Amino acid sequence: MGILVDENTKVVVQGITGKEGTFHTRQMVAYGTNVVAGVTPGKGGKKVDGIPVANRMKDVVDVYGANASCIFVPPPFASDAMIEAADAGIDVIVCITEGIPTLDMIKTVHFIRKAGAVLIGPNTPGIISPGKTKVGIMPAHIHKQGGIGVISRSGTLTYEAVDQLTRVGLGQSTCIGLGGDPIVGASFIDHLRRFKEDRETNGVVIIGEIGGTAEEEAAEYIEKGFNKPVVAFIAGQTAPPGRRMGHAGAIISGGKGKAEDKISALKSHGITVALNLGQLGKTALQVFKDS
Amino acid sequence: MKIHEFQAKDLFRTFGIPVPSGKLAYTPSQAVDSAKGLPGPPWVVKAQIHAGGRGKGGGVRLADSLEEVERSADEILSNLLITPQTGPSGQKVRQLLIEEGLDIDREFYLGIVIDRKLESPAMIFSQAGGMEIEEVSAKHPELVFIEAIDITHGFMPYQARNFFYALKPVPDKDMLKESSAIMSRLYKLFASKDCSLVEINPLVLTKSGKVVALDAKINFDDNALFRQKEIAQLHDPYEMDELEAKASEYNLNYIRLDGNIGAMVNGAGLAMATMDVIKLAGAEPANFLDVGGAASEEMVANALKIILSDKRIKAILINIFGGIMRCDVLARGVVKAAKQVEITLPLIVRLEGTNVEEGRKILKDSNLDFSVAKDMEEAARMVAKQVS
Repeated sequence: MGILVDENTKVVVQGITGKEGTFHTRQMVAYGTNVVAGVTPGKGGKKVDGIPVANRMKDVVDVYGANASCIFVPPPFASDAMIEAADAGIDVIVCITEGIPTLDMIKTVHFIRKAGAVLIGPNTPGIISPGKTKVGIMPAHIHKQGGIGVISRSGTLTYEAVDQLTRVGLGQSTCIGLGGDPIVGASFIDHLRRFKEDRETNGVVIIGEIGGTAEEEAAEYIEKGFNKPVVAFIAGQTAPPGRRMGHAGAIISGGKGKAEDKISALKSHGITVALNLGQLGKTALQVFKDS
Repeated sequence: MKIHEFQAKDLFRTFGIPVPSGKLAYTPSQAVDSAKGLPGPPWVVKAQIHAGGRGKGGGVRLADSLEEVERSADEILSNLLITPQTGPSGQKVRQLLIEEGLDIDREFYLGIVIDRKLESPAMIFSQAGGMEIEEVSAKHPELVFIEAIDITHGFMPYQARNFFYALKPVPDKDMLKESSAIMSRLYKLFASKDCSLVEINPLVLTKSGKVVALDAKINFDDNALFRQKEIAQLHDPYEMDELEAKASEYNLNYIRLDGNIGAMVNGAGLAMATMDVIKLAGAEPANFLDVGGAASEEMVANALKIILSDKRIKAILINIFGGIMRCDVLARGVVKAAKQVEITLPLIVRLEGTNVEEGRKILKDSNLDFSVAKDMEEAARMVAKQVS
């Protein structure tokens, strides 16, 4: 169990012949991920560490039965790569690329939704079901198989959180990075719905940050429709308004997206919020132990 | 990326959106010359800086004579302009926009933003023009109308009618026709130039029945500048903080804040969370600095040099969770910077993750004076103690 990806997932790496693509393909394979093929237009017929490379996504879906994709394609071409993956029938598309124009992403998410695929990212570390598979770039060794789902808008912040969970003995069912951009493929709620149905998941940690209202919407959903304990953390309590804090999506604008609003929304819907990142592991242990 | 009002108005002209006639001026006497070539009196003298709230700070003035134009221009150019968005230290004004004054009948607000929840651009229209739209939405949401724009069809004429027939009183047909055209041109500008925000506040109906954009604000999507070369050239380096400008040359995400703890972190989310724990420990961060998930030795050294060149800083906290970025790379970068610039400030280092042992050893074997924290909480406590 776990959600979206597991030991049966067959991954194709789009942009496999690039520096990042090759490096992370090796890391994924070392973790046990079943990388069945790569795609780089113009490099069809080559191999990367014995993994066949094709020119087109439709070829790898037909021939190798790929059902997930991991994208390392530069920003100007990333939209094309995501839409190509969805059009070829890929179920789970993970886009690592950072720096894609927002208007491209709006077109892309609408297409992908119509095609019935799930998009993780862009600007995400990816997704990992510890002990089974990882489709992304997170350091695998900090994870441990277990019953906690993690959904986050960040990269290294998630590694910090996962590391703390592992240290206090809380393993993870699946950890997902939503992506740090203003327009991403899926929301906290989309994945909470999946964790709700997942028998292996006993509780969920959500890690939000300033910008947008995704955390507020999640808080409302959790109180009304979620059946497992949730612990939350929100980054950016000291972030000034109007400034983009690294992630394109991490910006307080028009009075919206403040950390304090998110924290109070979460609390008012009965969700435990760790205010200090250093105490996230301990807080999670307390909440999940009691439940 | 932000641009100045006069640059935004140039773009408006290109897209057929009416604006008042105006000219730039850099000195009081140029301001007078500009006014002479424009219809008036009255004229309007407008400070050109990116920060909003210029009117409140005295950066927008009405002048009924050429003498008044000269005096206003002189006052704005020779004083620092303080607005709600410049911070208390204010900002120097280098250029002015001199415009014809118009006889105003009604004022509206018109803007386009990216609505993250709707996952589309959205046009916002209100009859409460000239006021801050956030304030209007909070106090009088019934006066603010929003139309989501379908990205494949663009802004449709019926959406302009949706706006107009909600107004009280309903404006006459000519205004509907003119404004409807302005709205679709504004969306064309938004979509073709990769904007993240366009705002006309106010859009006015003049007493002679013309619809004109009295003000203009445009922000662009930084991620799209690679395909908007002409827009990228509108960037004004004078608007940037000196250290922020330097950091962007080095490809670092750096934002200057008001405290005295310099912080260097890998990853934006972790950098924000580190600022937060510093504050929770009773101190104030001097900056947000994300060296990136995959920073090189060189980038780490540059980042540390930027922190060290900020004279307000009393102590430094380095917080690294090695994932893609290895702790030994961080350590080498720190040692490299220390060879080039003397580090006399207290330095607290918290390292975790990939190659942590090697990283710790490199730092220990260098002659650097630093303290090691075992986790984030301890790191924040230690650094806060240095400034208490």
